[in-house]
Amino acid sequence: MALTRRQRARAWRGVQYAIAIAIVLVVAFTADWATIGRAFFDLEVAASLFPDVLTIALRNTVVFTALGFLLALALGLVLALMRLSSVGVYRAVAGAYVEFFRGLPALLVVIAIGFGIPLAFGTILDRTLAITIALGMVGSAYIAETIRAGIQAVPPGQVEAARSLGMSPARTMVFIVIPQAFRIVLPPLTNELILLTKDSSLAFLLGTALTQQELAQFGRAALNEVRSLTPILVVGLCYLIITIPLSFLARRLERRFGSAGMPKGAEV
Amino acid sequence: MTETAVRITDLHKSFGSHEVLRGIDLDVVRGDVVCIIGPSGSGKSTLLRCVNLLEMPTRGTVVVGDHEMTDPDVDIDAARRTTGMVFQQFNLFAHLSVLSNLTIAQRRVLGRSREESERVARANLERVGLAGRENAMPRQLSGGQQQRVAIARALSMDPTVMLFDEPTSSLDPELVGDVLDVMRGLAREGMTMLVVTHEIQFAREVADRVLFIDGGVIVEEGTPAEVIGAPKQERTRTFLARVLHGTAEV
Repeated sequence: MALTRRQRARAWRGVQYAIAIAIVLVVAFTADWATIGRAFFDLEVAASLFPDVLTIALRNTVVFTALGFLLALALGLVLALMRLSSVGVYRAVAGAYVEFFRGLPALLVVIAIGFGIPLAFGTILDRTLAITIALGMVGSAYIAETIRAGIQAVPPGQVEAARSLGMSPARTMVFIVIPQAFRIVLPPLTNELILLTKDSSLAFLLGTALTQQELAQFGRAALNEVRSLTPILVVGLCYLIITIPLSFLARRLERRFGSAGMPKGAEV
Repeated sequence: MTETAVRITDLHKSFGSHEVLRGIDLDVVRGDVVCIIGPSGSGKSTLLRCVNLLEMPTRGTVVVGDHEMTDPDVDIDAARRTTGMVFQQFNLFAHLSVLSNLTIAQRRVLGRSREESERVARANLERVGLAGRENAMPRQLSGGQQQRVAIARALSMDPTVMLFDEPTSSLDPELVGDVLDVMRGLAREGMTMLVVTHEIQFAREVADRVLFIDGGVIVEEGTPAEVIGAPKQERTRTFLARVLHGTAEV
Protein backbone atom coordinates (compact mmCIF):
# COMPACT_ATOMS: atom_id res chain seq x y z
CA MET A 1 0.00 0.00 0.00
CA ALA A 2 1.55 3.20 -1.13
CA LEU A 3 0.95 6.19 1.11
CA THR A 4 1.77 9.70 0.01
CA ARG A 5 4.26 11.60 2.12
CA ARG A 6 1.47 13.68 3.64
CA GLN A 7 -0.57 10.59 4.56
CA ARG A 8 2.47 9.01 6.19
CA ALA A 9 3.05 12.15 8.26
CA ARG A 10 -0.57 12.20 9.36
CA ALA A 11 -0.51 8.52 10.33
CA TRP A 12 2.66 9.00 12.35
CA ARG A 13 1.15 11.94 14.21
CA GLY A 14 -1.89 9.79 14.98
CA VAL A 15 0.35 7.11 16.50
CA GLN A 16 2.05 9.69 18.73
CA TYR A 17 -1.29 11.00 20.02
CA ALA A 18 -2.45 7.42 20.67
CA ILE A 19 0.68 6.71 22.78
CA ALA A 20 0.17 9.88 24.81
CA ILE A 21 -3.50 9.08 25.47
CA ALA A 22 -2.65 5.51 26.45
CA ILE A 23 -0.07 6.70 28.99
CA VAL A 24 -2.53 9.16 30.53
CA LEU A 25 -5.21 6.48 30.79
CA VAL A 26 -2.90 3.92 32.38
CA VAL A 27 -1.68 6.43 34.96
CA ALA A 28 -5.20 7.67 35.68
CA PHE A 29 -6.65 4.20 36.28
CA THR A 30 -3.80 2.44 38.04
CA ALA A 31 -2.63 5.15 40.45
CA ASP A 32 -3.91 5.37 44.00
CA TRP A 33 -4.95 9.00 43.78
CA ALA A 34 -6.04 9.31 47.35
CA THR A 35 -2.62 8.31 48.68
CA ILE A 36 -0.75 10.36 46.15
CA GLY A 37 -2.94 13.33 46.92
CA ARG A 38 -2.23 13.04 50.64
CA ALA A 39 1.48 12.59 49.99
CA PHE A 40 1.89 15.58 47.72
CA PHE A 41 -0.97 17.92 48.31
CA ASP A 42 -2.93 17.67 51.48
CA LEU A 43 -5.12 20.76 51.66
CA GLU A 44 -5.31 20.63 55.43
CA VAL A 45 -1.52 20.55 55.73
CA ALA A 46 -1.20 23.26 53.12
CA ALA A 47 -3.62 25.49 54.99
CA SER A 48 -1.73 25.00 58.24
CA LEU A 49 1.39 26.49 56.62
CA PHE A 50 -0.28 29.85 56.10
CA PRO A 51 0.27 32.62 56.83
CA ASP A 52 3.80 31.87 58.12
CA VAL A 53 5.03 30.56 54.79
CA LEU A 54 4.37 33.99 53.31
CA THR A 55 4.93 36.38 56.19
CA ILE A 56 8.10 34.69 57.47
CA ALA A 57 9.58 32.28 54.94
CA LEU A 58 8.85 34.04 51.66
CA ARG A 59 9.66 37.38 53.22
CA ASN A 60 13.03 36.14 54.50
CA THR A 61 13.90 34.64 51.12
CA VAL A 62 13.14 37.94 49.43
CA VAL A 63 15.06 39.95 52.03
CA PHE A 64 18.16 37.71 51.94
CA THR A 65 18.15 37.66 48.13
CA ALA A 66 17.58 41.39 47.74
CA LEU A 67 20.30 42.37 50.21
CA GLY A 68 22.72 39.82 48.77
CA PHE A 69 22.01 40.98 45.24
CA LEU A 70 22.55 44.66 46.10
CA LEU A 71 25.89 43.84 47.67
CA ALA A 72 26.79 41.60 44.74
CA LEU A 73 25.90 44.38 42.30
CA ALA A 74 28.04 46.98 44.08
CA LEU A 75 30.95 44.60 44.55
CA GLY A 76 30.57 43.26 41.01
CA LEU A 77 30.75 46.75 39.50
CA VAL A 78 33.91 47.53 41.45
CA LEU A 79 35.45 44.20 40.43
CA ALA A 80 34.51 44.75 36.78
CA LEU A 81 36.18 48.17 36.78
CA MET A 82 39.23 46.63 38.47
CA ARG A 83 39.41 43.93 35.78
CA LEU A 84 39.42 46.66 33.13
CA SER A 85 41.88 48.87 35.00
CA SER A 86 45.19 49.84 33.50
CA VAL A 87 46.80 49.01 36.87
CA GLY A 88 48.03 45.42 36.74
CA VAL A 89 47.63 44.80 40.47
CA TYR A 90 43.90 45.62 40.36
CA ARG A 91 43.42 43.37 37.35
CA ALA A 92 45.19 40.50 39.05
CA VAL A 93 43.33 40.85 42.36
CA ALA A 94 39.93 41.06 40.69
CA GLY A 95 40.77 38.17 38.38
CA ALA A 96 41.83 35.98 41.30
CA TYR A 97 38.70 36.91 43.26
CA VAL A 98 36.42 36.01 40.37
CA GLU A 99 38.11 32.68 39.67
CA PHE A 100 38.14 31.82 43.37
CA PHE A 101 34.50 32.49 44.17
CA ARG A 102 33.15 31.21 40.87
CA GLY A 103 34.93 27.93 41.43
CA LEU A 104 33.60 27.23 44.94
CA PRO A 105 30.19 25.83 45.85
CA ALA A 106 28.10 28.59 47.40
CA LEU A 107 27.55 26.21 50.31
CA LEU A 108 31.22 26.42 51.32
CA VAL A 109 31.19 30.20 51.18
CA VAL A 110 28.11 30.39 53.39
CA ILE A 111 29.74 28.09 55.95
CA ALA A 112 33.02 30.00 55.77
CA ILE A 113 31.31 33.32 56.41
CA GLY A 114 28.79 32.07 58.94
CA PHE A 115 31.21 30.10 61.08
CA GLY A 116 34.62 31.36 59.98
CA ILE A 117 34.14 35.02 60.85
CA PRO A 118 32.87 34.33 64.42
CA LEU A 119 35.83 31.96 64.95
CA ALA A 120 38.35 34.37 63.52
CA PHE A 121 37.13 37.60 65.07
CA GLY A 122 35.19 36.36 68.06
CA THR A 123 32.09 38.26 67.01
CA ILE A 124 28.74 36.68 66.35
CA LEU A 125 27.45 37.73 62.95
CA ASP A 126 23.80 38.56 62.65
CA ARG A 127 22.33 35.81 60.46
CA THR A 128 20.88 38.20 57.91
CA LEU A 129 24.23 39.95 57.66
CA ALA A 130 26.11 36.67 57.27
CA ILE A 131 23.94 35.35 54.46
CA THR A 132 23.97 38.78 52.78
CA ILE A 133 27.77 38.82 52.77
CA ALA A 134 27.99 35.24 51.56
CA LEU A 135 25.47 35.71 48.74
CA GLY A 136 27.07 39.05 47.87
CA MET A 137 30.52 37.48 47.55
CA VAL A 138 29.32 34.55 45.47
CA GLY A 139 27.04 36.67 43.29
CA SER A 140 29.62 39.40 42.74
CA ALA A 141 32.03 36.97 41.10
CA TYR A 142 29.49 36.16 38.40
CA ILE A 143 28.11 39.69 38.15
CA ALA A 144 31.61 41.15 37.75
CA GLU A 145 32.13 39.07 34.61
CA THR A 146 28.69 40.02 33.29
CA ILE A 147 29.29 43.74 33.83
CA ARG A 148 32.80 43.55 32.38
CA ALA A 149 31.39 41.99 29.22
CA GLY A 150 28.69 44.67 29.15
CA ILE A 151 31.22 47.48 29.43
CA GLN A 152 33.31 45.95 26.65
CA ALA A 153 30.21 45.64 24.48
CA VAL A 154 29.69 49.42 24.44
CA PRO A 155 30.99 50.54 21.03
CA PRO A 156 34.41 52.26 21.28
CA GLY A 157 33.00 55.13 19.22
CA GLN A 158 30.93 56.15 22.25
CA VAL A 159 34.09 56.62 24.28
CA GLU A 160 35.82 58.49 21.47
CA ALA A 161 32.86 60.84 21.10
CA ALA A 162 32.83 61.56 24.83
CA ARG A 163 36.59 62.11 24.96
CA SER A 164 36.48 64.37 21.90
CA LEU A 165 33.98 66.55 23.81
CA GLY A 166 36.54 66.96 26.58
CA MET A 167 35.08 64.45 29.03
CA SER A 168 37.66 62.84 31.29
CA PRO A 169 38.04 59.04 31.37
CA ALA A 170 36.17 58.89 34.70
CA ARG A 171 33.26 61.05 33.50
CA THR A 172 33.10 59.08 30.26
CA MET A 173 32.82 55.88 32.29
CA VAL A 174 30.16 57.23 34.65
CA PHE A 175 27.93 59.14 32.23
CA ILE A 176 28.39 57.34 28.93
CA VAL A 177 29.73 53.79 29.27
CA ILE A 178 28.20 52.42 32.48
CA PRO A 179 24.61 53.54 31.71
CA GLN A 180 24.80 51.80 28.34
CA ALA A 181 26.55 48.74 29.78
CA PHE A 182 23.72 48.34 32.32
CA ARG A 183 21.12 48.29 29.57
CA ILE A 184 23.11 45.56 27.88
CA VAL A 185 23.52 43.44 31.04
CA LEU A 186 20.03 43.86 32.44
CA PRO A 187 18.76 40.52 31.06
CA PRO A 188 21.75 38.46 32.29
CA LEU A 189 21.62 40.31 35.63
CA THR A 190 18.01 39.19 36.03
CA ASN A 191 19.21 35.62 35.54
CA GLU A 192 21.83 36.15 38.27
CA LEU A 193 19.02 37.32 40.53
CA ILE A 194 17.14 34.07 39.90
CA LEU A 195 20.23 32.02 40.74
CA LEU A 196 20.75 34.03 43.91
CA THR A 197 17.12 33.51 44.94
CA LYS A 198 17.75 29.78 44.93
CA ASP A 199 21.12 30.11 46.65
CA SER A 200 19.45 32.01 49.50
CA SER A 201 18.16 28.59 50.64
CA LEU A 202 21.68 27.98 51.96
CA ALA A 203 20.79 30.25 54.88
CA PHE A 204 19.50 27.05 56.51
CA LEU A 205 23.12 26.36 57.50
CA LEU A 206 23.20 29.36 59.79
CA GLY A 207 20.40 28.84 62.30
CA THR A 208 17.04 27.41 63.04
CA ALA A 209 14.96 30.03 64.84
CA LEU A 210 11.50 30.14 63.22
CA THR A 211 11.54 33.86 62.58
CA GLN A 212 14.72 33.49 60.54
CA GLN A 213 13.64 30.61 58.34
CA GLU A 214 13.50 31.19 54.64
CA LEU A 215 11.42 29.06 52.26
CA ALA A 216 13.53 25.94 51.92
CA GLN A 217 14.21 25.62 55.61
CA PHE A 218 10.62 26.40 56.50
CA GLY A 219 9.51 23.61 54.17
CA ARG A 220 11.93 21.14 55.67
CA ALA A 221 10.94 22.01 59.22
CA ALA A 222 7.27 21.59 58.38
CA LEU A 223 8.06 18.27 56.72
CA ASN A 224 9.15 16.84 60.09
CA GLU A 225 5.71 17.42 61.56
CA VAL A 226 3.48 15.96 58.85
CA ARG A 227 3.61 12.75 56.83
CA SER A 228 3.22 14.61 53.54
CA LEU A 229 5.34 16.30 50.93
CA THR A 230 2.86 19.16 50.84
CA PRO A 231 5.15 21.72 52.57
CA ILE A 232 7.82 21.14 49.93
CA LEU A 233 5.25 21.60 47.18
CA VAL A 234 4.00 24.83 48.76
CA VAL A 235 7.44 26.39 49.24
CA GLY A 236 8.38 25.21 45.73
CA LEU A 237 5.43 27.16 44.37
CA CYS A 238 6.56 30.15 46.41
CA TYR A 239 9.98 30.03 44.71
CA LEU A 240 8.29 29.86 41.33
CA ILE A 241 6.17 32.88 42.25
CA ILE A 242 9.45 34.81 42.51
CA THR A 243 11.47 33.26 39.71
CA ILE A 244 8.99 32.85 36.86
CA PRO A 245 8.05 36.56 36.72
CA LEU A 246 11.78 37.33 36.83
CA SER A 247 12.48 35.18 33.79
CA PHE A 248 9.57 36.83 31.97
CA LEU A 249 11.10 40.16 32.89
CA ALA A 250 14.51 39.02 31.61
CA ARG A 251 13.01 37.99 28.28
CA ARG A 252 11.15 41.27 27.93
CA LEU A 253 14.25 43.29 28.73
CA GLU A 254 16.20 41.23 26.22
CA ARG A 255 13.70 42.05 23.49
CA ARG A 256 13.67 45.70 24.47
CA PHE A 257 17.39 46.30 24.92
CA GLY A 258 18.84 43.33 23.06
CA SER A 259 20.13 45.34 20.15
CA ALA A 260 17.84 48.35 20.02
CA GLY A 261 19.90 50.46 22.40
CA MET A 262 22.56 51.19 19.83
CA PRO A 263 22.18 53.82 17.12
CA LYS A 264 22.03 52.75 13.52
CA GLY A 265 25.51 52.09 12.23
CA ALA A 266 27.20 52.14 15.63
CA GLU A 267 27.67 48.36 15.64
CA VAL A 268 29.95 48.54 12.63
CA MET B 1 44.57 89.51 10.38
CA THR B 2 45.72 86.02 9.66
CA GLU B 3 46.00 83.79 12.66
CA THR B 4 47.01 80.15 12.77
CA ALA B 5 44.27 77.93 14.14
CA VAL B 6 46.13 74.63 13.79
CA ARG B 7 49.86 74.12 13.34
CA ILE B 8 51.15 70.62 12.67
CA THR B 9 54.91 70.09 12.52
CA ASP B 10 56.76 66.96 11.41
CA LEU B 11 53.91 64.66 12.46
CA HIS B 12 54.67 60.94 12.47
CA LYS B 13 52.38 58.14 13.60
CA SER B 14 53.10 54.43 13.63
CA PHE B 15 50.90 51.51 14.59
CA GLY B 16 53.42 48.90 15.60
CA SER B 17 55.91 48.69 12.76
CA HIS B 18 53.47 50.21 10.27
CA GLU B 19 54.18 53.91 9.73
CA VAL B 20 50.88 55.55 8.78
CA LEU B 21 51.98 59.20 8.85
CA ARG B 22 55.48 59.98 7.64
CA GLY B 23 56.12 63.63 8.36
CA ILE B 24 53.16 65.97 7.92
CA ASP B 25 53.57 69.75 8.12
CA LEU B 26 50.42 71.83 7.96
CA ASP B 27 49.28 75.31 9.03
CA VAL B 28 45.58 76.02 9.01
CA VAL B 29 44.58 79.68 8.96
CA ARG B 30 41.66 80.71 11.16
CA GLY B 31 38.42 80.64 9.21
CA ASP B 32 39.76 78.37 6.49
CA VAL B 33 38.15 75.18 5.28
CA VAL B 34 40.79 72.55 4.53
CA CYS B 35 39.64 69.41 2.75
CA ILE B 36 41.83 66.32 2.98
CA ILE B 37 41.42 63.80 0.20
CA GLY B 38 43.26 60.62 -0.65
CA PRO B 39 42.87 56.88 -1.11
CA SER B 40 41.71 54.76 1.81
CA GLY B 41 44.58 53.75 4.05
CA SER B 42 46.51 56.86 3.10
CA GLY B 43 46.50 58.15 6.68
CA LYS B 44 44.03 61.02 6.30
CA SER B 45 41.75 59.91 9.15
CA THR B 46 44.75 59.24 11.35
CA LEU B 47 45.99 62.77 10.66
CA LEU B 48 42.65 64.18 11.80
CA ARG B 49 42.59 61.98 14.90
CA CYS B 50 46.08 63.17 15.81
CA VAL B 51 44.81 66.77 15.90
CA ASN B 52 42.63 66.12 18.96
CA LEU B 53 44.86 63.33 20.20
CA LEU B 54 42.40 60.48 19.79
CA GLU B 55 45.61 59.02 18.38
CA MET B 56 48.86 59.87 20.14
CA PRO B 57 51.44 61.00 17.56
CA THR B 58 54.68 59.06 17.56
CA ARG B 59 56.67 62.19 16.78
CA GLY B 60 56.08 65.85 15.99
CA THR B 61 53.91 68.58 17.46
CA VAL B 62 50.28 69.63 17.09
CA VAL B 63 49.21 73.08 18.26
CA VAL B 64 45.54 74.08 18.29
CA GLY B 65 45.01 77.75 19.19
CA ASP B 66 47.06 78.30 22.34
CA HIS B 67 47.19 74.63 23.30
CA GLU B 68 50.11 72.45 22.36
CA MET B 69 48.23 69.14 22.22
CA THR B 70 51.43 67.08 22.10
CA ASP B 71 52.94 68.70 25.23
CA PRO B 72 53.12 65.87 27.79
CA ASP B 73 52.02 68.29 30.56
CA VAL B 74 48.97 69.64 28.74
CA ASP B 75 45.54 69.14 30.31
CA ILE B 76 44.29 66.99 27.46
CA ASP B 77 40.61 67.25 28.41
CA ALA B 78 40.83 71.05 28.46
CA ALA B 79 42.78 71.12 25.19
CA ARG B 80 40.26 68.85 23.45
CA ARG B 81 37.43 71.29 24.19
CA THR B 82 38.84 73.66 21.58
CA THR B 83 38.12 71.12 18.84
CA GLY B 84 34.83 69.58 17.88
CA MET B 85 34.83 66.23 16.12
CA VAL B 86 32.29 64.65 13.81
CA PHE B 87 32.66 60.93 13.14
CA GLN B 88 31.85 58.72 10.19
CA GLN B 89 29.59 56.60 12.42
CA PHE B 90 27.97 59.63 14.15
CA ASN B 91 28.59 58.12 17.62
CA LEU B 92 25.61 59.77 19.25
CA PHE B 93 25.20 58.64 22.84
CA ALA B 94 22.68 55.87 22.33
CA HIS B 95 21.10 56.04 25.79
CA LEU B 96 20.46 59.79 25.72
CA SER B 97 17.85 61.91 23.96
CA VAL B 98 18.95 64.39 21.32
CA LEU B 99 18.79 67.23 23.83
CA SER B 100 20.83 65.33 26.43
CA ASN B 101 23.39 64.42 23.78
CA LEU B 102 23.91 68.14 23.31
CA THR B 103 23.84 69.17 26.96
CA ILE B 104 25.75 66.44 28.79
CA ALA B 105 29.27 67.65 27.96
CA GLN B 106 28.27 71.30 28.36
CA ARG B 107 27.11 70.55 31.87
CA ARG B 108 29.71 68.00 32.98
CA VAL B 109 32.72 69.56 31.29
CA LEU B 110 31.99 73.28 30.95
CA GLY B 111 29.86 73.41 34.11
CA ARG B 112 27.01 75.24 32.41
CA SER B 113 23.62 75.34 34.12
CA ARG B 114 20.77 73.24 32.78
CA GLU B 115 19.01 76.34 31.44
CA GLU B 116 22.05 77.71 29.67
CA SER B 117 23.10 74.36 28.20
CA GLU B 118 19.58 73.77 26.88
CA ARG B 119 19.46 77.23 25.38
CA VAL B 120 22.77 76.61 23.57
CA ALA B 121 21.58 73.15 22.50
CA ARG B 122 18.32 74.43 21.04
CA ALA B 123 20.13 77.19 19.17
CA ASN B 124 22.50 74.64 17.63
CA LEU B 125 19.69 72.23 16.73
CA GLU B 126 18.05 75.13 14.96
CA ARG B 127 21.34 75.78 13.17
CA VAL B 128 21.43 72.22 11.75
CA GLY B 129 17.74 72.30 10.83
CA LEU B 130 16.50 69.95 13.55
CA ALA B 131 14.60 72.26 15.87
CA GLY B 132 11.77 70.35 17.51
CA ARG B 133 13.56 66.97 17.63
CA GLU B 134 14.95 67.53 21.14
CA ASN B 135 13.17 64.57 22.67
CA ALA B 136 13.88 62.01 19.95
CA MET B 137 16.24 59.13 20.72
CA PRO B 138 19.17 58.71 18.29
CA ARG B 139 17.85 55.40 16.93
CA GLN B 140 14.62 57.10 15.86
CA LEU B 141 16.51 59.43 13.52
CA SER B 142 17.78 58.82 10.01
CA GLY B 143 21.53 58.68 9.46
CA GLY B 144 21.54 62.19 8.04
CA GLN B 145 19.64 63.54 11.03
CA GLN B 146 21.95 61.72 13.44
CA GLN B 147 24.97 63.23 11.76
CA ARG B 148 23.46 66.72 11.98
CA VAL B 149 22.77 66.16 15.69
CA ALA B 150 26.41 65.09 16.03
CA ILE B 151 27.50 68.35 14.39
CA ALA B 152 25.21 70.34 16.72
CA ARG B 153 26.65 68.43 19.70
CA ALA B 154 30.19 69.38 18.74
CA LEU B 155 29.19 73.01 18.09
CA SER B 156 27.57 73.25 21.53
CA MET B 157 31.02 73.17 23.11
CA ASP B 158 31.98 76.35 21.22
CA PRO B 159 35.02 74.83 19.49
CA THR B 160 37.44 76.99 17.53
CA VAL B 161 38.14 74.19 15.05
CA MET B 162 35.79 71.54 13.69
CA LEU B 163 37.18 68.18 12.59
CA PHE B 164 35.08 66.10 10.18
CA ASP B 165 36.14 62.47 9.66
CA GLU B 166 34.36 61.29 6.50
CA PRO B 167 31.07 62.70 7.77
CA THR B 168 28.97 61.50 4.83
CA SER B 169 30.63 58.16 4.07
CA SER B 170 28.12 56.00 5.92
CA LEU B 171 25.04 57.89 4.75
CA ASP B 172 22.53 56.83 2.14
CA PRO B 173 23.17 58.96 -0.97
CA GLU B 174 19.93 60.92 -0.66
CA LEU B 175 20.85 62.01 2.89
CA VAL B 176 24.32 63.33 2.04
CA GLY B 177 23.02 66.68 0.78
CA ASP B 178 21.49 67.81 4.09
CA VAL B 179 24.72 67.19 5.99
CA LEU B 180 26.83 68.95 3.35
CA ASP B 181 24.41 71.91 3.46
CA VAL B 182 24.98 72.26 7.19
CA MET B 183 28.74 72.14 6.63
CA ARG B 184 28.51 74.77 3.88
CA GLY B 185 26.61 76.98 6.33
CA LEU B 186 29.35 76.57 8.93
CA ALA B 187 32.01 77.41 6.38
CA ARG B 188 30.13 80.60 5.45
CA GLU B 189 29.95 81.57 9.12
CA GLY B 190 33.74 81.44 9.19
CA MET B 191 34.27 78.24 11.17
CA THR B 192 37.75 76.75 10.84
CA MET B 193 37.23 73.26 9.45
CA LEU B 194 39.38 70.23 8.66
CA VAL B 195 37.37 67.84 6.53
CA VAL B 196 38.44 64.34 5.52
CA THR B 197 36.11 63.54 2.66
CA HIS B 198 35.45 61.63 -0.52
CA GLU B 199 33.04 64.34 -1.70
CA ILE B 200 35.26 65.90 -4.36
CA GLN B 201 32.48 68.20 -5.51
CA PHE B 202 32.09 69.54 -1.95
CA ALA B 203 35.84 70.07 -1.66
CA ARG B 204 35.95 71.89 -4.98
CA GLU B 205 33.11 74.18 -3.97
CA VAL B 206 33.72 74.87 -0.26
CA ALA B 207 37.40 74.32 0.49
CA ASP B 208 39.89 77.15 0.72
CA ARG B 209 42.65 74.57 0.49
CA VAL B 210 42.78 70.95 -0.57
CA LEU B 211 45.40 68.43 0.58
CA PHE B 212 45.97 65.23 -1.30
CA ILE B 213 47.52 62.64 0.99
CA ASP B 214 48.93 59.31 -0.06
CA GLY B 215 51.29 56.95 1.73
CA GLY B 216 51.36 59.10 4.87
CA VAL B 217 52.69 62.26 3.23
CA ILE B 218 51.08 65.32 1.66
CA VAL B 219 51.57 64.70 -2.06
CA GLU B 220 49.99 67.89 -3.29
CA GLU B 221 48.26 70.90 -1.77
CA GLY B 222 46.75 74.15 -2.93
CA THR B 223 43.47 75.74 -3.87
CA PRO B 224 40.70 73.45 -5.18
CA ALA B 225 41.33 74.85 -8.65
CA GLU B 226 44.98 73.79 -8.42
CA VAL B 227 44.68 70.38 -6.79
CA ILE B 228 41.35 69.20 -8.20
CA GLY B 229 41.15 71.34 -11.32
CA ALA B 230 44.74 70.98 -12.51
CA PRO B 231 46.66 68.40 -10.46
CA LYS B 232 50.40 68.43 -11.05
CA GLN B 233 51.23 65.05 -9.53
CA GLU B 234 50.57 61.80 -11.35
CA ARG B 235 49.29 60.15 -8.15
CA THR B 236 46.72 62.93 -7.65
CA ARG B 237 45.53 62.60 -11.23
CA THR B 238 45.14 58.84 -10.94
CA PHE B 239 43.20 59.15 -7.67
CA LEU B 240 40.88 61.86 -8.98
CA ALA B 241 40.24 59.98 -12.19
CA ARG B 242 39.23 56.92 -10.22
CA VAL B 243 37.04 58.81 -7.73
CA LEU B 244 35.32 61.06 -10.27
CA HIS B 245 34.82 58.20 -12.69
CA GLY B 246 33.31 56.13 -9.89
CA THR B 247 30.94 58.93 -8.91
CA ALA B 248 29.88 59.47 -12.51
CA GLU B 249 28.85 55.85 -12.75
CA VAL B 250 26.66 55.84 -9.65
